[in-house]
Amino acid sequence: MRNRLLAVSGATTGIAAVLLSAVPALAAGAVEGPVQKQAVNVAAIVMFAIFVLATLAITYWASRRTRSAKDFYSAGGGITGFQNGLAIAGDYMSAASFLGIAGLVYTNGFDGLIYSIGFLVGWPVVLFLIAERLRNLGKYTFADVASYRLQQTPIRTLAACGSLVVVALYLIAQMVGAGKLIQLLFGLDYWIAVVIVGCLMILYVTFGGMLATTWVQIIKAVLLLSGASFMAFMVLAHFGFNPESMFQAATQIHPKGMAIMAPGSFVSDPVDAISLGMALMFGTAGLPHILMRFFTVSDAKEARKSVLYATGFIGYFYILTFVIGFGAITFLMSDASFFTKATGFDKIKDLIGGTNMAAIHLAHAVGGNLFLGFISAVAFATILAVVSGLTLAGASAVSHDLYASVIARGRVNELQEIWVSKMATVVLGIIAIMLGIAFEQQNVAFMVGLAFAIAASANFPIVILSMFWKKLTTRGALIGGFVGLISATVMVILGPTVWEKVLGNAAHSAPFPYDNPAIFSITLAFIVTWLVSVTDGSQTARNEEIAFEAQYIRSQTGLGAEGASSTH
Amino acid sequence: MQQEITKKIRSNPKFAELIRKRTAFGWQLTLVILAIYYAFILVIAFAPSILATPIFPGAATTVGIPIGILVILAAFILTGLYVRRANGEFDELNRQIIEETKE
Repeated sequence: MRNRLLAVSGATTGIAAVLLSAVPALAAGAVEGPVQKQAVNVAAIVMFAIFVLATLAITYWASRRTRSAKDFYSAGGGITGFQNGLAIAGDYMSAASFLGIAGLVYTNGFDGLIYSIGFLVGWPVVLFLIAERLRNLGKYTFADVASYRLQQTPIRTLAACGSLVVVALYLIAQMVGAGKLIQLLFGLDYWIAVVIVGCLMILYVTFGGMLATTWVQIIKAVLLLSGASFMAFMVLAHFGFNPESMFQAATQIHPKGMAIMAPGSFVSDPVDAISLGMALMFGTAGLPHILMRFFTVSDAKEARKSVLYATGFIGYFYILTFVIGFGAITFLMSDASFFTKATGFDKIKDLIGGTNMAAIHLAHAVGGNLFLGFISAVAFATILAVVSGLTLAGASAVSHDLYASVIARGRVNELQEIWVSKMATVVLGIIAIMLGIAFEQQNVAFMVGLAFAIAASANFPIVILSMFWKKLTTRGALIGGFVGLISATVMVILGPTVWEKVLGNAAHSAPFPYDNPAIFSITLAFIVTWLVSVTDGSQTARNEEIAFEAQYIRSQTGLGAEGASSTH
Repeated sequence: MQQEITKKIRSNPKFAELIRKRTAFGWQLTLVILAIYYAFILVIAFAPSILATPIFPGAATTVGIPIGILVILAAFILTGLYVRRANGEFDELNRQIIEETKE
C-alpha cells in the first residue's frame, strides 16, 4: 500500500492558500477573484452543512429507536440486504479509494486499475466462505464466532486486540487524511477539521449506534456514487461515449504517453505484488467494521444479498474512478489554471494540491463551482461515514468482548454494556482526535496497508479456522493469532517504507526486503495455529473438538441463530 | 434437546446433500476467483507486455483495459451465481431440513 493511497498530498496551510487563491483563476478567467473564492467555499460549506444536519436528524431518529444492546450493535438486525449492501459500500469506499485511486490513475494510468481490482476481489471470498456462517454463528462482533466453542476470555482478548489495532491504524490514516483534505477544500485549520470529524462521529455513534451509522453510510454511498457517475458521464460524453478517443487524447497529453495504458513500475516485484494481493483479498475478510455489518441483517439470505449488492456498487465505483482518472488527464493536463505554475509546469508534480486532488479539480472542470462544492462535501461525508463505522467496531470490541465477557465474565446487564460502549466511543473519539493531531506531519500512508495486513494475518485465520476446522483449539488460536498480529506489524516496521522513509534510516538498509508482509505473516499464522492445535492434548482441547459438531450444524442451517428484533 | 436436534440433522440425508453441494460450490467459486485474480497479478509481474498489446493496430486502448474490467465483472458475476443458487436451491433444502427436524 505504497505511499500514494492515503497521502492526501503533503498538504500544508501554504498549499491550501495556493489552492484557494488559485480557484478564482479556474473559474473561466473571471476577474472578480475574491467573490469567486468566497462562492466556492460557501457552496461546499452549505452542502456539507446540509449533510451534517440531515445526518444529525437521522441520529436523533435512530436514538429513539436504539434501546437494547441488539439495537445499538446491530441496528436490531432489521437492515435489508440491499440497504446493507449500500452501507458496506459506504463503509468500504473511503476518500482514500476515491481520491487516491483517481490520483493514481492520473499519475500512472493502468496501475490504478490493478489497485482497484485488489480491493474488489476480496468480496467474493467473503461471500463464498464467510458471510453466511458469520451471520449464523455471531451476534454483534466477529469474536462471537471465533469464541463460539473456544474459551471466552483468551479468544475475546485476542479478537479485541486484533480489532482495536486494525481500527486504530485505519482511524489514524482516515483522521490525518480528513484533516488535510478539509484544510485543502474548505480552508479550515487542520486541527479544527480533525476535531469536527471526531465530534460528529462521536455524536452519530453514541446516540444513534449502528442504525445511525448505517444510514450515514447509505447516504454517503448514494451521494458518492451519484457524484462519481455524473463526473464519469460528463467525461465520456465529451468523447462521444467512445473510450478509444478518450484513451487517444490521454496518451497524447500524458508525459508518460502510451505507458499509461499498460502495467508500469507500480507493481515491479512479483513477491510484493502477490503479497499485496493477499493482504487486500484476505484483509477484507478480517476487517472488524466490515464483519460487524453482517449482524445487521435478519438472516443468511440477506447476508448473501448484502455482498452481492456491495460487490456490484464497489466494482461499479472502481470503474467510474478509472474513467475519472483518465478524464482528469484529458481535462486538466492542458489547462495551466490547475497547476501551480502558469507555464512550463510538470503535469504531475505541479498539480495544485498534489495528484490526489485530480478528482476534485475534475469536478470543477466538468461541473463548475457548484459541483466542486458538492464533491468536496461528499469527500467530507465519506470520511465521516468511514470513521463512524470504525469507531463503532472499536467500541464494540471494548464493551462486548473486553468488558462484558473478559472483565465482567458475562455478569452484566444490557444497559451497563451499552453504557460502556458509549463511553468507549467517546474515549476512542478523543484518542482519534489526539492521534490525528499528533500524526499531522507523519507519513501515514503505510497504516492502511498495515491494517489490511494485520486483518489478514490475525483476524482472518482465526475466523476461517474456527468455522471450518474442528481441531482448532483455544491455545492454537490464541498463539497463532498473536503470531500473525505481531509478525505482520514487525515485518511492516522492518520493511523499506517504514524503516527507510518513515523512520529515516539509510536507503536499502531495511532488514526486511518487502513492503507487503502478508504472504509471510498469513502463512506463519496458519502454520503456528495448526501446529499448536494438533499438539494440544489437553482435556479442553478435546471438549472443543466435540463442541464443533453443534457449531457446525448451526453455522450451516442457521438453526438457533440470532434473529431480527425489529425492522427499519 | 440440543443434542437430539444435532443428531437428527446429522442423520438426515438432506443435510449431507446440502453440505456436499454448498461447500463444494463455495470452494469451487473461491478457486475460480483466486485463479482469475492471481493469473492477472502473475501476468502483470512476469509478462506485462501482454497487457500492453493494442486491441487493434494503432489503437490507444490496450487489451489490459477490457481484461481489467472483465476481472471486476467476473467478481460480480461469481457472487451473483453463488447468491442465486444459495438463496434458491440451497435455502429450500435447508428449509426442508429444519422442518423435518421439528417433526
